[in-house]
Amino acid sequence: MYSYDQFDEAFVRARVTEFRGQVARRLDGSLTEDEFKPLRLMNGLYLQLHAYMLRVAIPYGTLNSAQMRQLAFIAERWDKGYGHFTTRQNIQFNWPKLRDVPDILDALADVSMHAIQTSGNCIRNVTADHFAGAAWDEVEDPRPTAELIRQWSTDHPEFAYLPRKFKVAVTGSEADRAVIFAHDIGLRLVRDGQGAPGYRVIVGGGLGRTPMVGKVLRTFLPKADLLDYLEAVLQVYNLSGRRDNKYKARIKILVHETGIDALRAQVEAAFARNIRVLPAMDRAHIKRIEAAFAPPRWADKPLGAAPQDAGYRSWCDTNLAMHKRPDHSIVTVSTKAIGQTPGDVSAAQMRVLADVAETYGYDELRISHEQNVILPHVHNADLPTLYHALKAAGLATANIGLVSDIIACPGLDYCALATARSIPVAQQISTAFADLDAQHDIGPLKIKISGCINACGHHHVGHIGILGLDKAGVESYQLTLGGDGTETMVIGDRTGPGFAYDEIVPAVERLIAAYLDLREEASESFLDTYRRLGLEPFKTALYGKADRKAA
Amino acid sequence: MTQIITKTGFVEETYQGQHFPFSALWDGQDLPESPFAIVLSPDSDPFDLVPWFERVDLVIIPFATSADGRGFSLARRLRHLGYRGCIRAHGHILVDQFRAALAVGIDEVEISADQARRMPQAQWQAVALDAPRYQSRLRAA
Repeated sequence: MYSYDQFDEAFVRARVTEFRGQVARRLDGSLTEDEFKPLRLMNGLYLQLHAYMLRVAIPYGTLNSAQMRQLAFIAERWDKGYGHFTTRQNIQFNWPKLRDVPDILDALADVSMHAIQTSGNCIRNVTADHFAGAAWDEVEDPRPTAELIRQWSTDHPEFAYLPRKFKVAVTGSEADRAVIFAHDIGLRLVRDGQGAPGYRVIVGGGLGRTPMVGKVLRTFLPKADLLDYLEAVLQVYNLSGRRDNKYKARIKILVHETGIDALRAQVEAAFARNIRVLPAMDRAHIKRIEAAFAPPRWADKPLGAAPQDAGYRSWCDTNLAMHKRPDHSIVTVSTKAIGQTPGDVSAAQMRVLADVAETYGYDELRISHEQNVILPHVHNADLPTLYHALKAAGLATANIGLVSDIIACPGLDYCALATARSIPVAQQISTAFADLDAQHDIGPLKIKISGCINACGHHHVGHIGILGLDKAGVESYQLTLGGDGTETMVIGDRTGPGFAYDEIVPAVERLIAAYLDLREEASESFLDTYRRLGLEPFKTALYGKADRKAA
Repeated sequence: MTQIITKTGFVEETYQGQHFPFSALWDGQDLPESPFAIVLSPDSDPFDLVPWFERVDLVIIPFATSADGRGFSLARRLRHLGYRGCIRAHGHILVDQFRAALAVGIDEVEISADQARRMPQAQWQAVALDAPRYQSRLRAA
């Protein structure tokens, strides 16, 4: 994986020093609170409900064991002994003190990490397929592109004060694990008719209060033109995106109001100019980035007999994914033990994850947007020992892709924007379906929970989406069904009136009972059944026949 | 009163030419033979200024608030279109944005006297203008 050179190191240290100075100038009155706010946000520091929250970048979700151990150290030294992995492949610390933040940033810099551009109206931390470099179906590893975009977008002088935040995601596979249709820009590595490498460019996707599926801005962009093209998109957005209403300021609204064809024409004009006036990309530098992502030296060792232990086998069934090498597997470690907070990992667990990554995983870890931790390369011979090491740390829950593998935003327990709790709802659903055998019987099911309309929990693309709102001071949960965050992205359909806090879990149970009843065979997933039958039978399960008119 | 700031620090106003709004180029107003200044509005398209590049020696870009970053793109687009005169950012620009402003082709910044009192010359002079940038590293020299 990419490791900092002298330039990166000096840059990050300079940013820490700069932020120390900004805090000092805020305290001596040189900067007003309004002036300070964007500067603090650009360094990842939010003011939350109870305290400051520091959001640390994990670029494209990739980290090594030393970095994971440092996160554990930070959690214990300056926070409450845990961290929260988010749907943006980041980690958040919920309880830092403002005066400690420069020291935390220094501790991050010690392991080539930072909190730059994890917030604010700028180009955010770039995300990518969490199986990058390991997936069997990959045309090309998306990480060199993601790293290139990280460098290009970091402290970009033209694009630090955009109308609104701007998120870029990259995937190298057709099977979209990076949700590229729900990003401001989504990139998929493809080949043209002659086999030349390039990108399909998607623009204007997003969730939030106005969910939109991204549109194709360019079917093929030659690889070497990437930065010139991104500069063009960003320049058009920076100049033309709405600034009168922050809810209409994302590029998806510009796409919607301008029309994709007119916007494409503007982008192409700026792109043509960029190609003429901007110096070409430094090929040697690009090559250095690519070389940093060369595959590890693959271990070659004999397989032992597969253990017959039922727990191990069920973990293999759900938590392993196919690796590009048949003698290796991709291991997903669930952060969602039954009844726990999705994404929360204790310092002790972080150290276990660091240890197993170092011993069995070529020193590599990933954070997925589904808030789990991935060991992208594990030799099949090491799987049983790995399983037992994880199990001892409470990290072997065999529920990946199942009903209790829930995405949930922090919600009203932490977030200043939230209108309802989401973590306790996730915990209760998880507890209601605690029996893993029953979960396996239900099969693949993505439940996603957001505690407000901003949709950090991606509820629009959950097979079952739950949106917590505030109705006259009372929590009310709206359900959406049939959402899909993959290459066949669909925004879920609203079922009808919302449910109270104590009604939402029983409502989800009714939905699942209805599905089990309606499916044609055990292999028909919830989403397939929904697609076959539509909303009606599920509405009946939720609201009953008699209430249908009132609903 | 306002304060003009360049790479060297706080400087006096030395510009002698007349100022015209961007619209003056289109509404038939008599324009002087000698070079003059144009004041853009945030939604001006710099492309429309291209025919006037020879006669304009100062373009003033307004920054209504430091959070409105359109001026950075206006300046950079002007440079990409070949404008070689002076570009002045006028309004609410922070010390923390000075390096970015110069990087996109802005030559000088004009802020209110009140802001200049809160952000004195020493703070502007302390900005490391030659700090290396990722963007220049990614492009061949």
